[in-house]
Amino acid sequence: MAKFDTGVSRRNLLKGGLALSGALAAPTFFTRHAFGADFLNNPGNAASIKLGFNVPQTGAYADEGADELRAFQLAVKHLNGEGDGGMLNTFSSKALKGNGVLGKKVEYVTGDTQTKSDAARASAKRMIEKDGALMISGGSSSGVAIAVQGLCQDAGIIFMAGLTHSNDTTGKDRRRNGFRHFFNAYQSGAALAPVLKANYGTDRVAYHLTADYTWGWTQEESIKNATEAVGWKTAAAVKTPLGAGDFSQYITPVLNSGADVLVLNHYGKDMVNSLTQAVQFGLRDKKVNGKDFAIVVPLYSRLMAQGAGANVKGIFGSTNWHWSLKDEGSQAFVKSFGAEYGFPPSQAAHTCYVQTLLYADACERAGTFAPCEVVKALEGFEFDGLGNGPTLYRAEDHQCFKKVLVVKGNENPTSQFDLLEVVQEVPREQVTYDPNIPQFAGDLGPCNNGA
Amino acid sequence: MDAILLQILNGLDKGGAYALIALGLTLIFGTLGVVNFAHGALFMLGAFCAVSLRELLTLSMKVKDESITFFDAYKEVPYLEVWFGETGTMIIDLAVPLSILFAIPIMLLIGLAMERGLIQHFYKRTHAEQILVTFGLAIVLQEIVKAYFGANPIPQPAPEAVAGSANIGALFGLGDSVVYPWWRLVYLAFSGVVIAAVFAFLQFTTFGMVVRAGMQDRETVGLLGINIQRRFTIVFGIAAVVAGLAGVMYTPILPPDYHIGMDFLVLSFVVVVVGGMGSLGGAVAAGFLLGILQSFASMNEVKSILPGIDQIIIYLVAVVILLVRPRGLMGRKGVMEG
Amino acid sequence: MIAPTARNDLILIGAFAAAVLTAPLWLAPIGAGYPDLLQKFAIYGLFAIGFNILFGFTGYLSFGHAAFLGVGSYAAVWSFKLLTMNVLPAVFFAVLVSGLFALAIGFISLRRTGIYFSILTLAFAQMSYNLAYSVLTPITNGETGLQLTTSDPRILDKMAGIDYGAALPTTDLFGTEMTGYPGFYFCAVLMIIGFVIAVRIARSPFGTMLRAIKSNQNRLNYTGINTRPYALAAFVISGMYAGLAGALLACTDPLAGAERMQWTASGEVVLMTILGGAGTLLGPVFGAGVIKYFENIFSAFNHDILMSIFDFLPGWLQGIVVTVSGLFVGEGWHLTLGALFMIIVIFLPGGLMEGVGRIAKLFRKDGGAANSSVSTAPGE
Repeated sequence: MAKFDTGVSRRNLLKGGLALSGALAAPTFFTRHAFGADFLNNPGNAASIKLGFNVPQTGAYADEGADELRAFQLAVKHLNGEGDGGMLNTFSSKALKGNGVLGKKVEYVTGDTQTKSDAARASAKRMIEKDGALMISGGSSSGVAIAVQGLCQDAGIIFMAGLTHSNDTTGKDRRRNGFRHFFNAYQSGAALAPVLKANYGTDRVAYHLTADYTWGWTQEESIKNATEAVGWKTAAAVKTPLGAGDFSQYITPVLNSGADVLVLNHYGKDMVNSLTQAVQFGLRDKKVNGKDFAIVVPLYSRLMAQGAGANVKGIFGSTNWHWSLKDEGSQAFVKSFGAEYGFPPSQAAHTCYVQTLLYADACERAGTFAPCEVVKALEGFEFDGLGNGPTLYRAEDHQCFKKVLVVKGNENPTSQFDLLEVVQEVPREQVTYDPNIPQFAGDLGPCNNGA
Repeated sequence: MDAILLQILNGLDKGGAYALIALGLTLIFGTLGVVNFAHGALFMLGAFCAVSLRELLTLSMKVKDESITFFDAYKEVPYLEVWFGETGTMIIDLAVPLSILFAIPIMLLIGLAMERGLIQHFYKRTHAEQILVTFGLAIVLQEIVKAYFGANPIPQPAPEAVAGSANIGALFGLGDSVVYPWWRLVYLAFSGVVIAAVFAFLQFTTFGMVVRAGMQDRETVGLLGINIQRRFTIVFGIAAVVAGLAGVMYTPILPPDYHIGMDFLVLSFVVVVVGGMGSLGGAVAAGFLLGILQSFASMNEVKSILPGIDQIIIYLVAVVILLVRPRGLMGRKGVMEG
Repeated sequence: MIAPTARNDLILIGAFAAAVLTAPLWLAPIGAGYPDLLQKFAIYGLFAIGFNILFGFTGYLSFGHAAFLGVGSYAAVWSFKLLTMNVLPAVFFAVLVSGLFALAIGFISLRRTGIYFSILTLAFAQMSYNLAYSVLTPITNGETGLQLTTSDPRILDKMAGIDYGAALPTTDLFGTEMTGYPGFYFCAVLMIIGFVIAVRIARSPFGTMLRAIKSNQNRLNYTGINTRPYALAAFVISGMYAGLAGALLACTDPLAGAERMQWTASGEVVLMTILGGAGTLLGPVFGAGVIKYFENIFSAFNHDILMSIFDFLPGWLQGIVVTVSGLFVGEGWHLTLGALFMIIVIFLPGGLMEGVGRIAKLFRKDGGAANSSVSTAPGE
């Protein structure tokens, strides 16, 4: 066994290493500020800008991510003046001319979040550090959205959240550089409760099954508060592990709990599985307290409804948007998306498309890509024609306020995409809340230009 | 009381799935000495046999839906219904049970191909290498499935006849409120039958006897002039069929997606080890034991005392059993140690 | 490849250090020369070096090492939240806490060997992950992950009179921000130190004992040697490496999420080590690099990028090539990874290091005096 005197050599080595690292690091210190850029990834005189689209490409939400990516690509086309222009034609702000943004062609880079915070942040950092992205958008889970939003705040670029429904994204974890167009759990509760009351009455006992993580908890709390406000009681709220697969051991106690409504605070695969199994256990055909048993899925997505098949029929829930909406903006979007890809867009695709347009429009109106100016342009921005009616990007928490859809699983679908029917478009006033109520209290902090 | 009865049923049901996967896993290990991380993928392929058969049966005549102009929406009428009317609808309804017949030859072929094509070259390699190569294979298989079927779960309803719930309360004199889905009872019975069949096959046939002898002492059996290798290859095929059938039958309970095998992989490994590597009885016993414990740990009464216990119960039990019984419930000495 | 003499070790270490510290230059042409990925290379390289001490040297296959990485991250972020934004205390506490955690888990798990040991470590890691994700949320912040807030106490910083203002503070080493390239060099220096320690362990009597445990533990026991303390020491050391790696993840990006502890994360380091060459000194670092490269670069190839890469082909061929290769990159990057695992294990059982060794041997054929050993430390 050979030995060598590390006492000396290691120290020498370290010294050498440190010296070398200093020497190598030095130029990069200078270059970072050498351009005198007043914000990170300033495109300067470049002919194009880059946007970063960070979506789940592997894992359970891969299909949703793929749909988001399609929407992003479509948005970029429209911004660059290709295609039929989509919602640019119906958008109330006319700042965008179809010649890119501020005269620069829009390009994009993509990355895989794997629906994991670490991977999503690594991917976002690549976009920022290597590709020079000015804005990051996308995502299919609140954990990821909050993690990436924090990263963009620290780095000093804009984050336009994709699908994220947790209250925290624009509540406890709100950030000045981050914006959410999608609705949230609180709004789901506020929109759903009156419809549930109208359909099921005020004398109901609810049983909650809740995915045991942040999003699940905020949704459970929101739905509980909203339904209790219309007179419902809550029998129990049970936490289920993420990705439990078989939920039978959580469903059987519902049978004899005296509850007559089951609320499934699940999303994605969990929702598909728990709903399929709850129906299998005969919950929908049951009568309790002389009333028909009901199941509610507060957050619906059409892609996930496909996975649950016929089990969604007649089940109430809420969504941010649905392709069957008849307003001009929605129709324009569905038309150009359908022409491009041959099927209608999901709500995830819609929110991502809209977010991209809103960002581009804000840059155009601000006359610069500097994040702090873009933030100012977006804060308090009132617009219309993007599918949800008149919408406000509230300055206090960077949450969009607009109509929320209450939907129901379609009893007689006429096509393979016709799984949900819109029951009610809940007006914006009904889902507006004070930004500082306890569930949401948070601090945006200062904006960050990065450089 | 009825709550406990239902939880036992839930546990047996879950245990049935664990046991079927673990059985094949431990069979492969006991005969070939290979740690097969692609076994979950076999379960997944079984489930997608059911998906594929349903797609075949529901091949549809597409009638353009003229009410939708933005994209190509179709009203789909399966050819089977066009040609055979009611009978066609009935055949489609029976897609899952029919998939069993469909899956057996396919899974057998996949199993044999996998053993001959890949596994046989890894008998003598380290367990770490076996794990890596089979894990790589599992990823490749599931990515291929994803590329074709997408990442979303695909619903596979049970036949209409067994879609409802059975009133088992009346059976036990517990009143009408105790109901249990027919399909889950079918699944339970099915797993019992398959497990019994595998045991009977090993116990009562000459083939099984040779295989068991080979598991005990491969060299001696070889010296007796018996081609033990070929029999072990067939055993691998059988293990693939068992995993595949478990996958087929589980589809009405869990709409399958490409990742479903990975979700079961770790759990079934824990089951195998808790039962004792290479022990068939141990795998089955451990499968049912862990299934039932998991069900009980999820009861509100238990969770209110020990929050989060349902998340860790399986691992906790595994740790305790491995510390108390070094080789699992029924493991033999010297297997997979050192 | 190289005989393990003191001189050769010095050359090895020197070459390694030089290669690591110049990585931003020579990795740039393949698109990997940006700070975040460089940091990840160094951090996961360190993680794999540590894992190799347990798996490669001692032969114990742990399926739960991600737990120590996660614990290290949580400890580091808590240090940032409670004490100071300086990275040194964070690194110190992370290594300490993960070492203690490894001691407890190792003490129990090492009562068993072989796959039983693997499953015990897996069970502990999965329990840690499941609890961190749900009921331990007050400590771990669950799904969202533990983050810094402006209202954190940061006692030491307060005492030193450092005020971060309204914005979130960044981690630093006595004033140098630990993001970007400085962050990479901090990780790189620690990885080099970790590498030197691993070399020292491999060459020490302790390392010989570990390899003896790997080759035949029973025989050692028969000779009256109690192997458990040695194995436990190896377990704790590799747990501390993992904790250090976790701390560095937090230093370069102050966020700690529960997914870091999931079994897939534990599996990843196993794959890195085997891919590179278990038991070799350099292999695990290579393996870590390859996997992280795939995860970050291959996954980012989309249709447009492929089109521009194959622009030189005639139109019809370009379409076909792009469609086929599209299956392997972007959303299909897992497929490439899976296929790579299979190819490496089938054709290069010793991992990438065996490949390197074979190539080196080809070149040295004429010299005749080629050392037959593929790895610096005997493998099996």
